Amino acid sequence: MERVPITVTVNGQTVSAEVEPRMTLADFLRDELGLTGTKLGCEHGVCGSCTVLWDGAAVRSCLVLAAQADGAAITTIEGLATEGQLHPVQQAFWEAHALQCGFCTPGMILTAVALLSEDANPSEQAIREALSGNLCRCTGYQNIVRAVQLAAERLRSSS
Amino acid sequence: MKSPTFAYERPQSLAEALALLAQKGADARPLAGGQSLIPMLALRLARPSVLVDLGRVEGLDELTLQDGVLVIGAMVRQRQLERNALVAEHLPLLVAATKVVGHPAIRNRGTLGGSLAHADPSAEYPAVALALDAEFVIQGPRGERVIPAQEFFLGPFTTALATDELLTSIRFPIPPTHSGWGMAEVARRHSDFALAGAVALLARADDGTCARAAIALFGVATRPLRATQAEQALVGRPFTTETFREVATLATESIDEPLSDVHGSAAYRRQLVPVVVRRALEEAAQRAAAR
Repeated sequence: MERVPITVTVNGQTVSAEVEPRMTLADFLRDELGLTGTKLGCEHGVCGSCTVLWDGAAVRSCLVLAAQADGAAITTIEGLATEGQLHPVQQAFWEAHALQCGFCTPGMILTAVALLSEDANPSEQAIREALSGNLCRCTGYQNIVRAVQLAAERLRSSS
Repeated sequence: MKSPTFAYERPQSLAEALALLAQKGADARPLAGGQSLIPMLALRLARPSVLVDLGRVEGLDELTLQDGVLVIGAMVRQRQLERNALVAEHLPLLVAATKVVGHPAIRNRGTLGGSLAHADPSAEYPAVALALDAEFVIQGPRGERVIPAQEFFLGPFTTALATDELLTSIRFPIPPTHSGWGMAEVARRHSDFALAGAVALLARADDGTCARAAIALFGVATRPLRATQAEQALVGRPFTTETFREVATLATESIDEPLSDVHGSAAYRRQLVPVVVRRALEEAAQRAAAR
């Protein structure tokens, strides 16, 4: 199958590659770039584990082809921390015990980052709706919601 | 859960996209937002030999108001609809419906035209298009044709589109100002596909009775349906709880080919119909009264 040339910005770095048409963005990030922080749970758009940011908006990377991402700016979980400092949402997940096995965490965090970039003060209902596409099978969602609330509070007071 | 191999084409213009579809035949599939097609590829429910990505085709993502009709390009993303000022002002029903289509991450990629052309019998948009008497603008090698929503949905995942045609825009006539809309659905979790849903549009006459009613059902039959018997029974009647309760039970009569799957049996879905119809009607009546 003819490969497709793409140029994508991933976590601020421009990457050019030739990909097989059927390769998803998730597989591209994990297998070609070694960014295995993006997790693959269901691979058909149900679990939300593979959520990344596409030009700042949350997108399921298993539901887009790498070929479609040509020209896009992608942020993965590896791109959130700056200079060794956890992103406020990462820090809040850590402090609020919002993870157990951690498999759903990258997707949860990126979904939360996208939500907070659009709504600095979301209600609990809005947080639950935003996270409704992300499944966690360990802990339940109470601490995840609390972590997003904690991150929202801190982001508001710091801006 | 990996897709089988396929070729990938990225046309820049509608003419180029149509030429590719004509040339590649029935094995080609247009790729809009991909939020249904890509999982179908992963599950190997679809096996096209070539995907024609519409993501860069110019002119398919416009949204304009023309003589009382909101014309929405097929590639307008669902998230755009959710936030567009024209849609919010003239078709708040479409905004409400969009908010329960998938999750934000799905709506960031998913398109209006993609969802309609996919024709999932449990999806909200097809029922909204039916209730609003929307028109579908279709382009193909034989030129342009425009068909009413009633003629577009033929069965589960089956539409009037030929394999060499593309849905390019949808025309939504704006409902008169004295009308009200309502939508109700039952789903397992927020934004899941509905087990039963209804969209209602009511126009109130000066004497307070129902001048016009449109009721569309989704998730209960193999395609979205208008509940014609219920609509007819409502016209001329006052907007009361008793009327809505009585009319809502008639809605089940429109279900010719019931939908039944692992998520909900035909009997269960059928039982939900009067409930969602009554809720949608009550909501629509309140809005019609408030104007």
